[in-house]
Order: sequence, then structure tokens, then C-alpha cells
Amino acid sequence: MAILVIAEHDNQQLKPATLNTVNAASQLNQPISILVIGSDCQAVAEQASAVSGVDTILVADNAVYQHQLAENTAKLIAELASDFDYVIAAGTTTGKNTLPRVAALLDVAQISDIVAVKSADTFVRPIYAGNALATIQSLDSKKVITVRTSAFDAAGTDGSATITPCGLVHANAQSEFVSEELAVSERPELTAASVIISGGRGMGNGENFSLLEKVADKLGAAVGASRAAVDAGFVPNDMQVGQTGKIVAPDLYIAVGISGAIQHQAGMKDSKVIVAINKDEEAPIFQIADYGLVADLFEVLPELESLL
Amino acid sequence: MKVLVTVKRVIDYNVKIRVKPDGSDVDLTNVKMAVNPFCEIAVEEAVRMKEKGIASEIVVVSVGASEAQEQLRTALALGADRAILVETTANTESLNVAKLLAKVVEQEQPSLVIMGKQAIDSDNNQTGQMLAALCDMPQATFASEVSVTDNSVAVTREIDGGLQTLSLRLPAIVTTDLRLNEPRYASLPNIMKAKRKPLATVTPDDLGVTLSAHTQLLGVNPPPQRSAGVKVKSVAELVDKLKNEAKVI
Repeated sequence: MAILVIAEHDNQQLKPATLNTVNAASQLNQPISILVIGSDCQAVAEQASAVSGVDTILVADNAVYQHQLAENTAKLIAELASDFDYVIAAGTTTGKNTLPRVAALLDVAQISDIVAVKSADTFVRPIYAGNALATIQSLDSKKVITVRTSAFDAAGTDGSATITPCGLVHANAQSEFVSEELAVSERPELTAASVIISGGRGMGNGENFSLLEKVADKLGAAVGASRAAVDAGFVPNDMQVGQTGKIVAPDLYIAVGISGAIQHQAGMKDSKVIVAINKDEEAPIFQIADYGLVADLFEVLPELESLL
Repeated sequence: MKVLVTVKRVIDYNVKIRVKPDGSDVDLTNVKMAVNPFCEIAVEEAVRMKEKGIASEIVVVSVGASEAQEQLRTALALGADRAILVETTANTESLNVAKLLAKVVEQEQPSLVIMGKQAIDSDNNQTGQMLAALCDMPQATFASEVSVTDNSVAVTREIDGGLQTLSLRLPAIVTTDLRLNEPRYASLPNIMKAKRKPLATVTPDDLGVTLSAHTQLLGVNPPPQRSAGVKVKSVAELVDKLKNEAKVI
């Protein structure tokens, strides 16, 4: 019995989501290996070797894996899976993209987005935008799982795993990377931030998000948005919190000008403390907020910034 | 170019779901059902391709009970040309659906398959990727822009850090994200016309697929409920509560 965790990284940095995933995996009480698939990704392998509770780092370092496209990485993972009983990845867009493809190659189900480990084969996962929690038993001998990272703490980084190169090369003639537009921000990543301040349709336009950013800078917070704000073109898609956007559970979530549709709540209702600022006192967000302030956000935000 | 689109019958996204009192599943009796919103976006994208002369035929497929004919008729009213229902009341877990769809793809030989990225009931986000593996086709999930040229399709994907564009060799599989398009409403004349469009029904046996269970649902529970907290009167009071009561700043 052994577990293969797929590392989330960009060939330079190991992403924090990997630490939450390893912690979820550790609850199965089996030896854990991390697989780093990439190109010129030795630095990631070294960071991964420091993750607590991990025995081995497998590194498939080859130019064919540079952009971690699913067509060949899935084949690589499926081939390596013969030595493991579990293949586990973070429920990020990379994990969601690749792992079902691995599961189908292995002819097994995938258990998506687990929030709890009940036993070696039984897991809890949200369904219907988190409005119900399903307890699912896997009947397959090999289990392919993605992890809702916000539901698990991060593993420590005082480990010393052995790094082992993996020379398997699967070429990819089917798909090709063209370009990437990645958001550059000095602020913490949404999924790793301990404080998040999000804006909705009530922000009015994209420029007004600077009001949120000023508060965010005081708090060391990440800035998020509701689907309405993204659809309206105020801010880019990578800021969306919700059922189909990012799922977050920070210590403090401040929802500003967000009405709180169930699809948005699905992405943030596990936050420890929720603050809602909205001028509509009937907004559903107040029903789940620990602290509600019925007021005009354009007056509140500058005042909040000055008081912090 | 032939485009194959899949649709799933799910609870309407506006309906607040209830868990059955015995905790066995979500209660689906007398609940409004609809086309999964992401599948609607997939249908719309195919219809736009046909309007631009890129697609020549749109085949829409659903896997499920006979009631899913309603959702196939909706897709026909939106502009699909013909429909196939793979009729089964058996547990339609993603891998099984993907296996059934793989057989339909084998028979229909589409150049492009467009699917929703996830169904809003099970929230699995698996079937498109699984179908791609079973058909050994390239995939582009979470699409926000799709453009077909000759033998390839360029797809812009919404990924965690921003946007990524891939080029896939056809035939390929694309799964839709929210911002790919805004689906139209079906007009009454088109709804009437859709009633006369062909809708074929096949069974898993017809397709030669034996379904087996890979997972078992042990129970469904409502999530822990949050209750409304307090209303504060001023920003100063809010900051004070966050500092001294909640101790989060």
C-alpha cells in the first residue's frame, strides 16, 4: 500500500496546494511519494523533499513535460501508478484537468474534491455546490483522488525525502502549448491567503477594486471577486471565488458588495470568520456572516483602510 | 465538420436542494429539472459554429433515464440537428458515462466534442477528461474561447493563475467554462420545430457496454449550517470586533 501525490508547481516553485494534499494523503497512514512532472524542475524536487511525512520524490524532468499537458502526463502517471494504491492530486485546475484522464486510463473512478478521509476507501465530498456532503466508498483496488485543499491544513516542511529521477518519456503529438497570460500580484494567492477581501457587482467597475486593494494591503490579504464581478469584466477570471471558481477557507473573509448567491457561498462558506458589507440588508450573504455591516461600501472602504 | 455535444439533466440551478430525511441521497421528487448550465454553454458554442459555417452537423447526446429526452429536445430547439439518448437508469457515474459516450463517438466520428466542464449536481468535473482518455483524443478543459482552423482547434482555458491557450489536433474534446458564451433562449417556433427533429434511443447493451459500479454512495448529509451573526453599526465597531472578539486581525 503506497500513495503517489502529484506535485503542483510551475517548474520553479512547489505550490502550497501540494502541502495540503500531502496532509490529506497522510491520513491514510501509508508511505507517501511525491511525483514532480516538469522541465528543469530540480528546484521543485528539492522543495518537495522537505515536505514532512514523504519518503521519496520521483522526478520526471523532460522538455516534453514543460507545460504539464494532460495528454502525456496522464500516461506517465498511469504507468507509474502500477506501484501505488492511491494517486492523489490537489483539486486545482491542473489536478482537475489531468487526474480524471489518469483514472480512465486505469479503468477506475475518480473521487473528486474530498474534504474528509473516513477510512482507506471511504471519503466525504461536497455535491450540489456544497449544499450536501456525500460519503462515497471506492470499490476500485486503485484509488484516484483529488483533494479540496481548503479542507486540509498544510503539511510541515521538516522532511528529508530521497530524490529519485524517473526517466519515462511520453511524447505528446496531440496538443501544444501556445501562450499564457498569468496574473502577476504581490499579494498572497487566493487559495493560500489567511485573509481575503472580495468584491461583487456592487463595486460598480474595475477601477473601484483599488479601494479593496488598499484595504488588502493593510491586512496582507488576497483580493477575490464574485462571478458577477468577473462576468461584468471588472476583474479577471482567476479572482473568482465560488462553486466553479476558487474554493477558499481563510481565517477572515470580507465580502464587499456581494449579495451571496449559493454559488458564491459554495466557494467561501467554510471561512472561519465572515464579514459582509452591503447596503442591501436583505442580501443573503448576511445569513452566513458573523459580522454584518449595512452601509455604502464607498464610504466604508476608505474608513476601514484608515482604521487598520 | 461534425460536432458532438453532450447534455445532462440536472436539478435547475435556482432550486434549493433538500437531503432526504433518511440521508440516502438528495430528494429529486417534484423538483424542477433543466439542462446543466455548462452543457447549455456547450450547445450554444456548437450552434454558433454552425452559424459561422464551421460546423455542418450538431449531434446532441445524453446518458440517463427517458426523461432526459426533455433536455435533448431543449438542445434541438437551441439548434442541434439530431439527438441520441443512451437510456439507462443504472448508476451513471462519470467513468460509465464516458464509456458509453466513447462508443457513440466511435460510431459518429465527430471532429469536435464539446461538453460542460462539470455538472452542477455531482460537481465531479471528470467526464470530458475521461472520454478524452478513452478515445485517445487531446483535451482542453475550462474553455473561455474556442476557434477552429483546418485540422486544429485553439482553446483559451481559464486556469488558476489566469489564462492558457492550447492548440489541439482534431478530433478533440473541449469542456466549457462559464465565460465561453451566453446561451440564447429557444424561440417558440424553434421549440415546435425541435419536436420533429430526429431523436434516437439506444441502450448500453446496444452499444456493447457493460456497466459496473466503481463507487458506492453510502449517504448524504446536509453541511453544517452557519448562522447569521451580529450586525455592527459602524466601521469602528467592526474593526474592534475583528481585533478583540474574533481575533483575526
